[in-house]
Amino acid sequence: MTLRAEGLRLAYDDRVVVDDLSLRVPPGAISVIVGANACGKSTLLRALARLLTPRAGSVHLDGRSIHAMPTRQVARELGILPQAPVAPEGLTVADLVTRGRSPHQSWWRQWSSADEAAVTGALRATELTDLADRPVDELSGGQRQRAWIAMAIAQETPTLLLDEPTTFLDLAHQLDVLDLVVDLNRHQGRTVVMVLHDLNQACRYADHVIAMKSGRIVTQGTPAEVITPEVVSEVFDVACQVTTDPVSGTPLIIPVSRHHAVHDRGVAVPGGQV
Amino acid sequence: MAALTTFRLTTPPVSGVLRPRLIAVCLVLAAVGFFLFCLGMTVGDYPLGVGQVVAALVSEGDYYDQVVVYDWRMPRALVGLLVGIAFGMAGALFQTITRNPLASPDVIGISAGATTAVVAGIVLGFGTGLGTQALGLIGGLGAALLIYLLAWRRGTTGYRIVLVGIGVSWMCVSATGYLLARAKLHEAQAVVGWMVGNLNDATWSHVGPLLVSMAVLVPAAVVLGGWLRTLSLGDDVAVGLGTPVQLARLVLLLTGVGLVAFGTAAAGPVAFVALAAPQIAKRLVGSPVPPLVASAFTGAVVVLGGDLIARSILPDTQLPVGVVTGALGAPFLLWLLTRANRAGSGG
Repeated sequence: MTLRAEGLRLAYDDRVVVDDLSLRVPPGAISVIVGANACGKSTLLRALARLLTPRAGSVHLDGRSIHAMPTRQVARELGILPQAPVAPEGLTVADLVTRGRSPHQSWWRQWSSADEAAVTGALRATELTDLADRPVDELSGGQRQRAWIAMAIAQETPTLLLDEPTTFLDLAHQLDVLDLVVDLNRHQGRTVVMVLHDLNQACRYADHVIAMKSGRIVTQGTPAEVITPEVVSEVFDVACQVTTDPVSGTPLIIPVSRHHAVHDRGVAVPGGQV
Repeated sequence: MAALTTFRLTTPPVSGVLRPRLIAVCLVLAAVGFFLFCLGMTVGDYPLGVGQVVAALVSEGDYYDQVVVYDWRMPRALVGLLVGIAFGMAGALFQTITRNPLASPDVIGISAGATTAVVAGIVLGFGTGLGTQALGLIGGLGAALLIYLLAWRRGTTGYRIVLVGIGVSWMCVSATGYLLARAKLHEAQAVVGWMVGNLNDATWSHVGPLLVSMAVLVPAAVVLGGWLRTLSLGDDVAVGLGTPVQLARLVLLLTGVGLVAFGTAAAGPVAFVALAAPQIAKRLVGSPVPPLVASAFTGAVVVLGGDLIARSILPDTQLPVGVVTGALGAPFLLWLLTRANRAGSGG
């Protein structure tokens, strides 16, 4: 299953956000798109998911243009969880997750054994089995996000796109969701592309980092290759030091701000360079 | 799975999720609707009992009873029944597509468009050959087309349809006002009774086109309604789940417009039914979005019940059914608004 974009131009009305961008998503890996606000990272993800029609260029799934394929067929290959989706008031978790099966169902076949297995499995993977009867709008933020991810899991697509899945979640729930994404990748072999805000989380959870600025890809590769003080400075306009995350062994970014630098107060930095 | 009641057959390979409460509510509403349908036919200068009406329906009993039931009273009851079904179902379609309980066809200008066309036909004297049905259909479709074009910016969103629709609605209301202002007195009188929604003049000639159009549109809405399962999750999620969102919305809107236009042409824009019936049905069933079939049955119960009340409180005046549904519907709308504000959304 390969997903790639060729010469993409993406625009809202007259404002071109992304121009002439090409990308090949590494199959079987977790790719994370990072970049400052309004750099076009969500726009790119939306185009990869056919939520946005490119002005020029194309997105191909296994060599076929996703805009030429029937949308239902795309939905069996490629799942997308948009940013902050809203469920109708009172919709239960079970009902939401069941709707993830839509691309596999027909008018008369709404609950095949495959549907049942997928929904049960998705609820178990997201630890929502006991909450299946509860309305989605009454859940905590973390549970709600897990319910939406469960819907995307039940869709059983080899490729899964997630637009800022950790927004509005507290730290514990952010880690929950990201660990769940890693499970999906490692245990079920799904290709994942997600947009993340937090660079350190991107470094920890990504196999492949795509750094964007002003609608183009600045650089991409493993976190260790990509995340350097120079790149962070170019992409986020922030000076930083990069060290090693003592927990995961991945790059850890420590930004430098105008205040609060240790030498400001005449205190020696312990051990010199961090 | 405990959370869902499901069934699965091997031959034929049919399977699905059952909703016991939905089925129970639909059965009760159908029974109440049928009772009101029969009860409505007992009222008149020649009083009949419910038993006599039912006997006449199955071609038994007194010959004159049968004449009274079939020739005089059934057209009114049938138009009430069908118009209620049409408005209830159309309201459910519009409210779900736009994800907004206020987006019923009588708020966003579809009914107003049909009204303007019919009033223009009567006052300006054109289209007398076309008849009210065709004019209502043209007006409703015209308003819908205008809303769709004005709301279109690389696709439409539910919210924009509501905003543009309210604007179009007021345009049509002023056009209707202008036409009435220059109408002759007897023309205006003929129009005003129709404008509030009226079953008084229903004849078999109204029933025919209405019955045929409903026989096509109601099953179509039920089949196409499958798209609402994903559309109600928002456009992006719906596309992600393989729904052709723009096509689905256009076809569903056209179906809804057809229901409203044929219903309006037959009985006038019966106030608040399309707005209130889906919301009542939603609360009865306890579902997150208005259920199509239950909304249709609720609409029928509201119109038939409203007509019965209209004829009971002022038996000598031909009080239009729309006056009753409006009087009951307006407080309901206010209640809905306060609730929507408190919840911070309009689920």
